[in-house]
Amino acid sequence: MTDSSVHPTSEVAVAVELNGEHVHATIPAHRTLLDMLRDDLGLCGTKRCCAEGECGACSVLLDGELVNSCLVLGAEADGGVLLTIEGLSMDGVTDLQEEFLAAGAVQCGVCIPGQVMAAEQLLQTNPDASRDEIRDVMSGNLCRCASYQRIVEAIQTAAAGRRTDA
Amino acid sequence: MPDENQGHSSNGPVASTDRVVGQRVHRYGGVDRVTGAQRYLSDITFTDAAHVAFATVPVGCAAIDAIDTSPAVAMPGVIAVVHADDLPQPVARFGISHRDRPVIATETVNYHGEPVAAVVAETEDEARAAANAVVIHYTELNGVYGLDAALADGARLVQDPSVRPGDDLNSTNVLEQVEYAWGGVGSEGASSHTIIEDTYTFPMVTHFPIEPGGIVAAPTDDGGIEVYSPVQHPYLLQRTIAEVWSIPLSRVRVIAPDPGGGFGGKQTPRYEPLIAFLALKTGRTCRLVLSLEEAFQMMRRSGCRIHARTGFTEAGELTFHEMRVDFVVGAYADVAPRVMTKGSYVGAGPYRIPRVSINARAVLTNTVPSCAFRGFGAPQVGWATESQLDAGARALGLDSLEVRRRNLVQHDEAFIRGDYEARADGRWHESLEKAAELIGWHEPTPLGRGRGISVGIKPGATTGLSQSLVRLLYDGSAMAYAGTSDMGQGARTLWKQILADELGVDLDLITIISGDTNAVPFDLQTSASRSTVFMGNAVLAACEDIRDRVLELYAEATETPQSELAHSPGQLVTPSGAISLVEAAQTALGGLRGEFVGQGTSRLWGTKGHPLGGDAAFYEFNATAIEVEVDRATGEILLTKHVTVGDVGTEINPLQVVSQDEGAAIMGLGHSLMEQMLFDEHGRILNLGAIDYRIPTFNDVALHMQTASVENHDGPGPYGCKGISEGALLCTAGAVGAAVADAIGTPVRDLPITAERVWRTIRDANRDSPD
Repeated sequence: MTDSSVHPTSEVAVAVELNGEHVHATIPAHRTLLDMLRDDLGLCGTKRCCAEGECGACSVLLDGELVNSCLVLGAEADGGVLLTIEGLSMDGVTDLQEEFLAAGAVQCGVCIPGQVMAAEQLLQTNPDASRDEIRDVMSGNLCRCASYQRIVEAIQTAAAGRRTDA
Repeated sequence: MPDENQGHSSNGPVASTDRVVGQRVHRYGGVDRVTGAQRYLSDITFTDAAHVAFATVPVGCAAIDAIDTSPAVAMPGVIAVVHADDLPQPVARFGISHRDRPVIATETVNYHGEPVAAVVAETEDEARAAANAVVIHYTELNGVYGLDAALADGARLVQDPSVRPGDDLNSTNVLEQVEYAWGGVGSEGASSHTIIEDTYTFPMVTHFPIEPGGIVAAPTDDGGIEVYSPVQHPYLLQRTIAEVWSIPLSRVRVIAPDPGGGFGGKQTPRYEPLIAFLALKTGRTCRLVLSLEEAFQMMRRSGCRIHARTGFTEAGELTFHEMRVDFVVGAYADVAPRVMTKGSYVGAGPYRIPRVSINARAVLTNTVPSCAFRGFGAPQVGWATESQLDAGARALGLDSLEVRRRNLVQHDEAFIRGDYEARADGRWHESLEKAAELIGWHEPTPLGRGRGISVGIKPGATTGLSQSLVRLLYDGSAMAYAGTSDMGQGARTLWKQILADELGVDLDLITIISGDTNAVPFDLQTSASRSTVFMGNAVLAACEDIRDRVLELYAEATETPQSELAHSPGQLVTPSGAISLVEAAQTALGGLRGEFVGQGTSRLWGTKGHPLGGDAAFYEFNATAIEVEVDRATGEILLTKHVTVGDVGTEINPLQVVSQDEGAAIMGLGHSLMEQMLFDEHGRILNLGAIDYRIPTFNDVALHMQTASVENHDGPGPYGCKGISEGALLCTAGAVGAAVADAIGTPVRDLPITAERVWRTIRDANRDSPD
């Protein structure tokens, strides 16, 4: 019986800057950042699929880095700056999200918040990414509807739009 | 074949030139999906819900000797621990074609992951911890995990004969078998110049929806129950719960949140009767959220082994085709017998073959019960038939495109003969030629690469019933009630487009209601790419019903003879000219306001005696062409080109057609190149989870990928459409296999065509060569 939840667990206090707001939570020490976001803070835009770091559905930005929130403990995020899909969408649909819709990238939609987070991070860090680079960087985010071509198109169009606006 | 839609002008052109149908309208619900606001089942909050976890045993076949729940009952937060003995006896069994699946494992465990006990606790953590504490004493049995073991003399029976009373086959592991034959194979004489005979295999693969799924059940004050489940068939679930627990349909409310990916895996009830029982027993709202691993243990495609013998004339014309097909269906029937029946019905492909014999069996094994999966048996059998055509072409020194040209049926020509023949409902040569053109078939293949072209066919629904209600409200907004589950295919977007054109209502003013049996009229199911045709026709008919009613009331309100009025999409034509339907509706409704309610039904009865229950309403036809580069030192395959062309009738939303076609095509790469569920000698799934089970990623998509359609407006759905969502997956494997064989000179006959298999094939071919 290795399940940590069988044993009494200590609780930890976590303070993060979440989508621009200071948030406190007291959570079991073994709780993942994903579960903390969904179950303790009620932010269900971050989705859970494999829960072992393979699918990317739970992608969020922690201190500016893209992480699988299922592989990060809530306690590890203490003192950090978090951006989730809710924060990204705070002022409405972004140019990137609009391009996802226009390209037909959204089908069942469960992977899409993670895809948008990964794509936004890509646009921020490599705004001139080639098609091959986009495919490579995005390959940590699975889509079983296989909207891959559509997502690449959305990222390229959004990147072109930002270059024009810049 | 009576069809209540006959008489409706569903194939007629729409008068308006700026119609919304045919445009790239953005997905209904799309904004919620990109912002994370969409609530899938596990995102919905239920006040005071208790949580459920299952206890299982780590083998695929076992006798349950005793269950000690006391350690679990003593755990913190535990409300109830339930196993078979706690249910009404005998434990109910359910299923569509065979009532063989027990509500919870009873006496034996028949596949790895089958729930043996269920824990209800206050929190998810407590439920899981207590499930781990349930002690299940079991004796591992000599389970059958593959075809040979299941079909061997003296093989252990997966299902006790008492589960299949009156069934001639119940002393074997063959659940059902079927034979299709015409022309008399064996009577071909010396007409064959070349005969190809080989065996092909297709792996068990799992749906791997990004939303693994879950169930919530809540007892209601009137003795009924509400069941939340992201299912494709809410009305089948409602019926199952009502029958298993003897509750009137009116008190079983199924709420089906949008499935986060279905692909056939979320059609049939599995654990819902159990969760409903837990809720009724504890009086609590009971919530089960599945892990991806648990989803692997709930849904998969049937694996397949096909032995085929095929004759060709010197010119490459087919003289006969003979197949023996065994589907590995798993521990319970689910819809697998139908997968076997339907997939093997079109097993000989869309070809002109004078003599055919197909013998197919659905074989029980102690593995996850297989279910529907995009393609529904057609990809499995088609893999063998398409590979046989390529082998014939190679043996005869003919071009494989040319061999298909010579054998593919023309429009309205029979490709299935015998008592219940089926004819081509499309101009399929156009799709084949377009695929060849898009990949540049006539251009020389670059050095080190290989090309393959393949065709696939799948029968659409053979019976159906969809009912819809549409309301035109006073302010010019409208609502459609349509029970189709929107699981990614984008059904609601299409209903919106139909309403916009037929009622002349602004797209932004339309709301679609689905996923609640208390609110939405009956729809048989969301499967077989049927909805655009069946529900589409029902929605169209409901809109026409509204126009009739507007005309009648307008006549009454304005004292105009009805004979002087007419309607057309979006308009009422009056003696003084055409006015918008909304304006006419407001005039008709007058000061009391109110609304118009239209009803539409689309029904296909089927044909008695037909092996499929009726001829398909339409066929999905696809041609796929693929080019690969193979690294001969490692066996690794690089997809350089991938094109598919579907015979779609009419594209109601071209954006969604591309999304579905690309998605199906890439999903087809999964079983072709990388996906397979592997079992050990205890029947345990070895690659249980995302780390060990690989599905296509961004990097697996071909360097150049293109999907296209042929539109001849010749389908039975609105504006001449056909269903489209499975086509591009039907013949991916055949095209990949042919391309790899073209590149390395030798075919691989077992899917998936992994680098290891390619490397071994090259090595073995070199070993056999004279030098």
